[in-house]
Amino acid sequence: MNDDGIDKSRRRFLTTTATVVGGVGAAATSVPFIASMTPSAKTKAIGAPVEVDLGDLQPGERKIEKWQGKPVWILRRTNETLEQLANPGPQIRDPQSEENQQPEYARNEYRSIKPEYLIVLGLCTHLGCSPSYVAEEDEHDLGPEWKGGFFCPCHGTLFDLAGRVYKNFPAPTNLVIPPHKYLSDTLVLIGDDSGVS
Amino acid sequence: MNTAVRYLFALRDWVDDRFPMTQLWNEHAAKYYAPKNFNFWYVFGVISMVVLAIQILTGIWLTMNYKPSADLAFASVEYIMRDVEWGWVIRYMHSTGSSAFFFAVYLHMYRGLIYGSYKKPRELIWIIGMVMYLVLMGEAFLGYLLPWGQMSFWGAQVIISLFGTIPVIGEGLALWIRGDYVVSDVTLNRFFSLHVIAFPLLLCALTGAHILALHHVGSNNPDGVEIKKNKDANGVPLDGIPFHPYYTVKDLVAVLIFAIGFAMVIFYAPGMGGYFLEAANFVPADPLKTPEHIAPLWYFTTYYAILRAIPHQLGGVIAMFLASALFFLLPWIDRSPVKSLRYRGWKYKTALAAFVISFLSLGWLGMQLATPLYTWIARFFTVVYFLFFILMPFYTSTDNDKSVPERVT
Repeated sequence: MNDDGIDKSRRRFLTTTATVVGGVGAAATSVPFIASMTPSAKTKAIGAPVEVDLGDLQPGERKIEKWQGKPVWILRRTNETLEQLANPGPQIRDPQSEENQQPEYARNEYRSIKPEYLIVLGLCTHLGCSPSYVAEEDEHDLGPEWKGGFFCPCHGTLFDLAGRVYKNFPAPTNLVIPPHKYLSDTLVLIGDDSGVS
Repeated sequence: MNTAVRYLFALRDWVDDRFPMTQLWNEHAAKYYAPKNFNFWYVFGVISMVVLAIQILTGIWLTMNYKPSADLAFASVEYIMRDVEWGWVIRYMHSTGSSAFFFAVYLHMYRGLIYGSYKKPRELIWIIGMVMYLVLMGEAFLGYLLPWGQMSFWGAQVIISLFGTIPVIGEGLALWIRGDYVVSDVTLNRFFSLHVIAFPLLLCALTGAHILALHHVGSNNPDGVEIKKNKDANGVPLDGIPFHPYYTVKDLVAVLIFAIGFAMVIFYAPGMGGYFLEAANFVPADPLKTPEHIAPLWYFTTYYAILRAIPHQLGGVIAMFLASALFFLLPWIDRSPVKSLRYRGWKYKTALAAFVISFLSLGWLGMQLATPLYTWIARFFTVVYFLFFILMPFYTSTDNDKSVPERVT
């Protein structure tokens, strides 16, 4: 394999081994750098469930709580609202909550455990803005058919009072219902449903 | 010759024996021959570099007092504005600088469009420039989170969520970018690191590559004629003049005029009526409430309008990324043998005019609330925007181009 006194096969061997071994080493070294950007142990530990008292909530009123850094809305719905939610028009994209956006126990037309209370994550499923609550009697330009719901200021998506998305808006799915359970009649625990589902 | 000058020459020779100082100066300035017919469109590259220098300088000074933590960031910016000596001027230079950067870069890119500067043999210059444009958008986005105002927070929330829409890997990718389940202190801290170290380093390196590639092939000009085709006995292009002193002096004047305008904005309209600094960003970040009306800064609104125009989540995101990335293809989809608009036929001129109108209209629409009427107008302009690129191979290859002169005019 001698060529003008140069042993090319030894050079090739050195090049190949050094590249392969070095390449594996470099690839292995990238692991700590990439993994270092995933949530840290401390970040994962935050996000304990929160207890919310519903006792002072009037019909039609909404309360905003913070769970895992995200807004959680608790809305007390009126009887008229519930009636209207049970008969959604054809504009609702997923009226039966077939998409997996809620725990099993909230897969119903009201998307809640107790029909009266909607407990929902207040982040639009499009790009994560927090929609505004626009009641029927509020000043709005959403048309005479508007029965109240949520309007996302970022990209215009509309949701009804069960957090169900209207058709022909950018958000693809209904709002997310977080895991929750009732500790008593008026005390709810958000972020934990152990023993329920 | 007096002694002091003689010592200076001796020092130069001493350095030249050890570092190619004079050689670099000659290659890139004193003996770099640029076409003699540059017009004012050719000042925006230099202005971009000046703005980059301003951003780095003011950025270093801002970093001396800024605190990258969710609890302290907003207050530390207010501290810079009120209590730090001259802090307000340094901060306004930096915030105005970001708008000035895009202003210069957009005009620089438009120059490329009208004079065909991306065409062979300058494809790589264009591609490097496009990468810089994307890096610059990233840099601006990262920096916008740092004041930790309402717009900072919700802007970051929306943009990171864009990555979350990618099928399969999206959720994990968004989580990896944020380092948390929501935009938080963790996100702010890493954005700070990327904004002050990673992206500026990248921008500087790419600027070097951009100029090296340019000086290797030589500059284009408003006639789109290759000046290297006609050289004198010494190999100097007949239509070329040395960059120094001809264009260094011209650029000096342009930079001065730019600096006057820049100073006027800083002193008289630093917020530019909400276009450079948005009102909602003077409210500290609140993760529970999105501002009533959220819009990105003016330099992103064209893409934002395209995102909003498409009534499909992933489709909108793809369209938005395509809208900014399609420029990469220009050197290959433009089939015209002619570079400059001066010798192009009516088809390219019409297409370019339609594109510019679409780009500006979308930019305006992106700042407005998305009413149904505006959404439909945005859809129309989005279609025009994409047709400019999609139809380009056809209208450029069949255009009634004029004949290009041998020499620059």
